[in-house]
Amino acid sequence: MTDSNNPPGRRTGARAIVERALQAEQRDEDEKAGELVEQAVRIDPDEVASVLQEQSSTPSAPIHAGSSFAIVLTINGQRHELMIDARTTLLDALRDRLHLTGTKRGCDLGQCGACTVLLDGRAVNACMMFAVMAEGHDVLTIEGLAADGKLHPVQKAFIDCDALQCGYCTPGQIMNAVGMIRAGRLNSDDEIREGMSGNICRCGAYPGIVQAVLAAMTEIAE
Amino acid sequence: MNAWVGKEISRVDGPAKVTGQATYAAEFQLRNKAYAALVTATIPSGTIERLDVSAAEAAPGVILVLSHLNAPGLPYAQPKKRPVVDPQAGERLHVFQGPEVLFDGQPIAVVVAETKEQADSAAMLVSVDYRQTPPAGDMDPSRSHAPNEAVAKSGRPGEKGRGDAGPAYRGSAVTIDITCSHEREQHNAMEPHATIAEWDGDHLTLYDKSQWVDNVRQEIALIFGMAEDNVRVISPFVGGAFGSALRTWPHVTIAALAARQANRPVQLELSRRQCFFSAGARPKTLQRLRLGADHDGKLQAIIHEAIGQTSVYEDYAEITLDAANSLYACSNVATRYHLVKMNMNSPCPMRAPGTATGVFGLEIAMDEMAEECGLDPVEFRLRNHADRDEEKDLPYSSKELKACYALAAEAFGWSHRSTVPGRNRNDRWLIGHGMATAFYPSHRSSSTAKATMFANGTVVVRTAAGDMGPGTYTAMTQLAAETLDLTPEQVQFELGDTDMPEAPVHGGSITLASVGNAVIAACRSLREKLGNGDPVAAMRQLGQEAVSADAESKPGEEANIYSSSAFGAVFVEVAVDSRLGAVRIPRIVGAYDIGTVVNPKIARSQCIGGMVGGLGMALLEQAEWDPALCRVMNANLAEYLVPVNADVQHLDVLFAPGEDKIFNPIGSKGVAEIALTGVAPAIANAIYNATGHRLRNLPITPDKLLEVL
Amino acid sequence: MNPFTYTRAGDAQQAINAFQGSPGPFYVAGATDVMQLLREDVYSPGTLVDISSLPYTQVEVGPRGARIGALARLADVADDDAVLRYYPLLARVLRETASTQIRNVATMGGNLLQRTRCLYFRDAHTACNKRRPGSGCAAMRGANRINAILGTSEQCIAAYPGDMAVALVVLDAHIQLEGPDGPRSVPVAELHRVPADDPAHDTTLRPGEIITRIDLPASRFAESCAFVKARDRMTFEWALASAAVGLEMDGGTVRVARVAAGGVGTVPWPLPRVEHALIGKALSAERAAKAAALSVEGARSAGDNGFKLKLLPRVVEQAILAAGGQA
Repeated sequence: MTDSNNPPGRRTGARAIVERALQAEQRDEDEKAGELVEQAVRIDPDEVASVLQEQSSTPSAPIHAGSSFAIVLTINGQRHELMIDARTTLLDALRDRLHLTGTKRGCDLGQCGACTVLLDGRAVNACMMFAVMAEGHDVLTIEGLAADGKLHPVQKAFIDCDALQCGYCTPGQIMNAVGMIRAGRLNSDDEIREGMSGNICRCGAYPGIVQAVLAAMTEIAE
Repeated sequence: MNAWVGKEISRVDGPAKVTGQATYAAEFQLRNKAYAALVTATIPSGTIERLDVSAAEAAPGVILVLSHLNAPGLPYAQPKKRPVVDPQAGERLHVFQGPEVLFDGQPIAVVVAETKEQADSAAMLVSVDYRQTPPAGDMDPSRSHAPNEAVAKSGRPGEKGRGDAGPAYRGSAVTIDITCSHEREQHNAMEPHATIAEWDGDHLTLYDKSQWVDNVRQEIALIFGMAEDNVRVISPFVGGAFGSALRTWPHVTIAALAARQANRPVQLELSRRQCFFSAGARPKTLQRLRLGADHDGKLQAIIHEAIGQTSVYEDYAEITLDAANSLYACSNVATRYHLVKMNMNSPCPMRAPGTATGVFGLEIAMDEMAEECGLDPVEFRLRNHADRDEEKDLPYSSKELKACYALAAEAFGWSHRSTVPGRNRNDRWLIGHGMATAFYPSHRSSSTAKATMFANGTVVVRTAAGDMGPGTYTAMTQLAAETLDLTPEQVQFELGDTDMPEAPVHGGSITLASVGNAVIAACRSLREKLGNGDPVAAMRQLGQEAVSADAESKPGEEANIYSSSAFGAVFVEVAVDSRLGAVRIPRIVGAYDIGTVVNPKIARSQCIGGMVGGLGMALLEQAEWDPALCRVMNANLAEYLVPVNADVQHLDVLFAPGEDKIFNPIGSKGVAEIALTGVAPAIANAIYNATGHRLRNLPITPDKLLEVL
Repeated sequence: MNPFTYTRAGDAQQAINAFQGSPGPFYVAGATDVMQLLREDVYSPGTLVDISSLPYTQVEVGPRGARIGALARLADVADDDAVLRYYPLLARVLRETASTQIRNVATMGGNLLQRTRCLYFRDAHTACNKRRPGSGCAAMRGANRINAILGTSEQCIAAYPGDMAVALVVLDAHIQLEGPDGPRSVPVAELHRVPADDPAHDTTLRPGEIITRIDLPASRFAESCAFVKARDRMTFEWALASAAVGLEMDGGTVRVARVAAGGVGTVPWPLPRVEHALIGKALSAERAAKAAALSVEGARSAGDNGFKLKLLPRVVEQAILAAGGQA
């Protein structure tokens, strides 16, 4: 679950470059695409292989039309087939349909971050996305974060640093922290504070949250 | 002997919370559950003339629509004694019992459907015609009234005091006369209010977001005319509440009613916007303070007046003026508290209700008075230190306020501050330092608990208390482990279920002093049953499956002969952008006299949380009330601003040594409320020190600063 | 949220066809604003046409210009090294926009089209000419602290909330459109329209048109640009007032100046008078203040938002000085 063997930024970086290569290919700029792939391989060959494999195994996204339909969601590595209303958000699908209530409803308007999950590794608000739009993407929720019952370093750090009180915003805080650590963009306390500001904690555990993110980053880097 | 009290153990509910396994109200999975959505009034005052539900009823998935047109009459019986969390005058809102509309956002119908999406959209199809009557939307002091006798009896009288404050004020060598205010604030706990109701014959189970399950049971039993034994309320985890889940709000009744009529479990979650309209708020309060002192800086008179908002159907009164009556030594005190009725949902307690706001007024006045007297703000407060509670004329069971001033001032570096306002400039930033006293009266209620030891050596302790975040689970586990000479891992503490022994409200910072002593008593009684030796060995010897002990703990005579309060001192550094009017808070240092600190790690978190809440109160939070519409306009988390991570920098928490074993056997005085009080005035005082301007109306936003900068 | 039909388009033509062939059509991509508008009952579309799968996600940036796909996520643009190098103003604005989670999904095109945060527009139970033409404007005498002081009309005082468009105006960006009548190009400065007597229409887009790309001319202001955003809290809030400034300096003299403001106008507000007051002049604190004072020409307070008359010139002044390296 963690990128412990590889600095998190490298993986994301490689992925981004391959994606640009694929776009270039679509525009028939094959030479450019080739150059980009070579560049990406030098950064993280495994990631390049995995992106290219995803690309070949995912047929073009199915086109739904209607006010309700069957969709397939991939949550924490598991496929779930379900009939949904077009209006069903990813958050509603998780909580009310799949009973994955670790992802919290705080505002339903993208204004608090309690519903943060990772979509293809990036932190997003599950309330801001229709479930149908999550199809074809990997969704990771708090329930899928602890591998084999072992807490993720961020989870552990939140307990150690007492980075929570009521616990309601906590899963969202943790998922955003995991996403940002993976993206490798936290270089100072201020960047952590800014990056974590989309997750409101009304109990005011912010100093502990910053400490916890720092502690987890250190552990992951080791 | 295992000593667990005072240990920094990690939250025992931490693993459940960081893995998403902690179950909050809307997260209980019941078979055949239906979803409810409220229809709310869109006028503030009047009557429903026509309510057409035909389109809603015909919408896909709709099971039923309930309103005053078809809801059964409900008894709404009166309790023998009103719950302390309810307003003491007026009558609670009755749901679906008539066409009257008393506030915008009042629930007037509910739609139950197979899915949440269906319920939400069908609710929009209910069409309503109203006959509107002129609403009371302005907070007009000329319409204010004194609280009635019932309210006064509950400790919130219109007038209080001692000595002869008027003449003493007029005769004082140094006087100040100021007005101040704060806007309506919303609790905005991260978990919105939610209830799942399930009937089994005439037995009702409610999974509810609640700070007091026993009171929900009593209230629902009275409303439905049921025996309390037929109501069970479950609330093991509460996603923050800060007072908003003290009362049994109408949506709980609606969920129960809808489940009964639909004959299946019903889940009702309020939207964030609905939480602004029908689940209370800290009322806007207007204050006037007149202080008089002699040339030596001794207070001669305190006259503190406040006007709060209430609804048209209840008188919600706060203890806004308690601080003025007791925080400082002064022979002549007069306080006057009035209410203005408005077409809004009844306000309710929000973290340090009344006190946070009354202390704000008093502490900015004290800062101004210190300056008028030419004294350092700390020195001025020390000269007026109350060695005993002059209002109740009782000694304090403990008071370490002087230690708090000293500790926090030292840690903050108070002696280095610039005493001339507006002189400490760093580029375009104006730096300022300010301080204030924190204060909250300590209370303790009777409480019960049951401890059971099992043959495998584990103990389960149960009580119907709550944990909205302060760490009840952890503190109680520590107390039980220490009393039974076990490790915390051997103890399982459970709460939030009316099937458990009765507990008082989880609010007002009383849980540790009340429930904690019941837990100790139950564990002590269990240990006695097991021979007072090694309980695990005794269990083995007994050969029984389980041994249990119940106990009750309650305050005694000490409550009549001592006054008990938590105290603190808060020091703040601010940086004010002299051009753009923004205020940043580089650091806050708080020292608190809260008696015994059962778990410093968790108590520190609670104090830090109070500082963050105080920062919001001082700089950000205001429900923007449209007086013509009688509606909160910024009813969301994008425009009702609460602090985010980037607003918070260095927060330091210190605890004054000492335990208050007179107040209760544990010696703790409570943390939640004291942690909020004092922060906002310290910030306002620091802004004065930074800019030379007194900003007395909260929140202190850039628009207000730009008027003077 | 009212029921609607959902259609996912695979390419622009499919999207446009779906738009034209459906009742009450509405495009959705990142959904970060659309979701709020649907949930708050501000919109009630019959059909949601999902264009998020369209292949407009490129971020191609170099010294001679940039072509940024309308579906590129804000985070992808904000964190792109070439954007940071050649268009630091754009990177800076995006980093001060919304939250991590929103930046990860919100699209460049969608950000341009976000609708006002006016409290009355977003509350479906109040009078609002933008939401329900002819119903009146409750904001004029209501809680209007965040509303506009520039470009208002008797019908509407709603502020355009975004900042990226402000930067794009300074950068002379053009948007590329696909639509029922074929492709066309529009300067970002001409995308939004002031309310006048038709507040319902925020933009000059024609029905069915999709933004496909944002084009930037060759980098000009990488050396001397600034963005200043005044708000109540440190972050995760729209601007009370913001200013984007790009300068080309010739020694200490301003050769070219581009200045625009956000959070104060009914549209991203270009400030040509401020620019003229700078061009050809030696940059100094006094000059910046004098020029910035012109930013509020024609501005009108509606009550609670009156402080913006004082705030805006200060924000503009600070941005000018920062861009010129004098802050």
